[in-house]
Amino acid sequence: MNQYHLDHLRELESESIFILREVAAQFENPVLMFSGGKDSILMVHLAQKAFFPAKIPFPLLHIDTGHNFPETIRFRDELVERTGARLIVGHVDDAIASGLVTEEKGFNASRNGLQTAVLLDSLEKGKFDAALGGARRDEEKARAKERFFSHRDEFGQWDPKNQRPELWNLFNGKKNMGEHFRVFPISNWTELDVWQYLAVENVPLPSLYFAHEREVFERDGTLLAVTPIIQRRENEVPKKMMVRCRTIGDMTCTGVWASKAQTTEDIISEVATTRMTERGGRTDDKRSETSMEDRKKTGYF
Amino acid sequence: MSNNSELLRFTTAGSVDDGKSTLIGRLLYDSKSIFQDQLEAVESATLRRGEEGVNLALLTDGLKSEREQGITIDVAYRYFSTPKRKFIIADTPGHIQYTRNMVTGASTANVALVLVDARNGIVEQTRRHAIIASLLQIPHLVFCINKMDLVDFDQVRYEEIKEELEGFAAKLNIKDVAFIPMSALNGDNVVERSLAMQWYGGSTLLYYLENVHIGSDYNLIDARFPVQHVIRPNTDEYHDYRGYAGRIAGGIFRKGDEVTLLPSGFKSKIAKIDTIDGELEEAFPPQSITILLENDLDLSRGDMIVRENNQPRVTQDLELMVCWFDAEKSLKAGGKYAIRHTTQEARCVIKEIRYKLDINSLHRNQEDLEINANDIARIFVRTTKPLFVDGYAKNRITGSVIIIDEGTNNTVGAGMVR
Repeated sequence: MNQYHLDHLRELESESIFILREVAAQFENPVLMFSGGKDSILMVHLAQKAFFPAKIPFPLLHIDTGHNFPETIRFRDELVERTGARLIVGHVDDAIASGLVTEEKGFNASRNGLQTAVLLDSLEKGKFDAALGGARRDEEKARAKERFFSHRDEFGQWDPKNQRPELWNLFNGKKNMGEHFRVFPISNWTELDVWQYLAVENVPLPSLYFAHEREVFERDGTLLAVTPIIQRRENEVPKKMMVRCRTIGDMTCTGVWASKAQTTEDIISEVATTRMTERGGRTDDKRSETSMEDRKKTGYF
Repeated sequence: MSNNSELLRFTTAGSVDDGKSTLIGRLLYDSKSIFQDQLEAVESATLRRGEEGVNLALLTDGLKSEREQGITIDVAYRYFSTPKRKFIIADTPGHIQYTRNMVTGASTANVALVLVDARNGIVEQTRRHAIIASLLQIPHLVFCINKMDLVDFDQVRYEEIKEELEGFAAKLNIKDVAFIPMSALNGDNVVERSLAMQWYGGSTLLYYLENVHIGSDYNLIDARFPVQHVIRPNTDEYHDYRGYAGRIAGGIFRKGDEVTLLPSGFKSKIAKIDTIDGELEEAFPPQSITILLENDLDLSRGDMIVRENNQPRVTQDLELMVCWFDAEKSLKAGGKYAIRHTTQEARCVIKEIRYKLDINSLHRNQEDLEINANDIARIFVRTTKPLFVDGYAKNRITGSVIIIDEGTNNTVGAGMVR
């Protein structure tokens, strides 16, 4: 390796910064979709780097299902305070109250699907023409086909068979009125890259990612947190365990994992040796073989 | 994996039966990059389809229509890493109707893998993939002579194919060509050395990918900095800050360097190379940085910072090798389009179509000039404003353009500057 060569984390960083700046240059009104998970925390960190010493030139958008872990909301508010970013929150609760969406019922009820309608509604209300997301191609097979600049029609739909070719580092963000783009600057990062980078950069993270004691129960091979919003069957007996989250989403569909990882370094060695994908704990992906593709087509993040 | 491993991007092209999916599956599997739940999902999907074993192609074919038809339609990106390097695979379909996808996957690759079935030797598809790799100037090409188990691991057969490929590769413009005999199905010479081919003294595929020298794949000679975005914080602390943000496309920039600005031709000096993590003394491709100049000059997105004695061509007339993507409308002389080059955007008119390139034979067809989707052609265009270009062979970043249909906003062509 000669002195003029970047290691893989710096090369990924440089690529992501390039995409973030390209969005600021090509779009009038971008927004960064923020979930409180590590990927969106990474995105905020990269955006700070891309526009330093100026502030991040677009707001953060959080779709709050009302079923978030309280730790997530606390962390989000601290991050906004620290970075001086502007935060917009779209509430699924409001959407249910206004009749835009209807709550699912039963044991596997989840507000995951309802997020899509609220997200599209928030994008429309804010007249956003580019929504930056922290999705990665290694997460899921439909996401492996995703572009950096992903076109959405006026209904927010994704047409996977008709995607624009992306060559070199030339990105085409042209669109008609009413259409928008989803842009994924960290497409090429893997879960391990994200953790290695967050460790190197000393980025603060929500406590949920680290091992903590929690009351959990098992359903279909996945551990779920005990909370009043998930209905338990009689045979689903709660027990106390040391667990951590590998992804952070809605409490109803985010599985937790038995883990002893206390530090980012512990997590890295755990991730490097694990035999399960991180979305392996996401019950929302398991509804069918192509549930991610199906949801993405209608506008899911 | 250590934190300071390099990133290597490689592309594979192939169709249903040449073992490409098996090869990728083998690389992922043997480097322990396939997860248990992915494998289980593929196993159960294989069973549901009434097939036997594990269909590794289902790992890469992610879209519903691909799984239904059992073909790869689009570029799929896959990731794996070893303690030495992190790898990004652009996995593309190999059929001629998907040339555009092959070109897309090849545009950012350091290495191209071309599969050859040892029973069949060179076929049309082998030539096509190698020609695309050469057109897109992928620095390293590996011919994977696969299915050696089906020719009894015969050295004579391997040498025969290798000789034929060498003759063919000599006509192409590729810096580095390698040959590896393998059986992806059994894992011979993919990750582990083959016991059945003791006569082969070269490296395994993974060893090659881990060790091939990619340090000089970027142009470190000709300094090119396309301005991407101007940073002006307008805060008390940074009142007069005016930073030119961008990603270095070529050469090395140092603090104190005398530079020339395009298109104005004004001269200035680099006052500072800035990042959030502090100032840099020097910066090189593909770093994303912010440059501050000593004097306040008019410089904005699309402009370029270069050196006085080493400048790109400033021109409105481009000679391009273009790959056409549009299935609805063919490329026509006189047609007007939008064109993007580095961080610039202009409009252009197609002045002339010189010839169509047969990507199976390299024959230049000057009679049939109807350029449809997946065709490759030599064309001349004139742009509405000057672009700052280098030949594609000199710099893939400053030597490439995309062509956009202004009616549909679709990317309809990719061009390489001569």
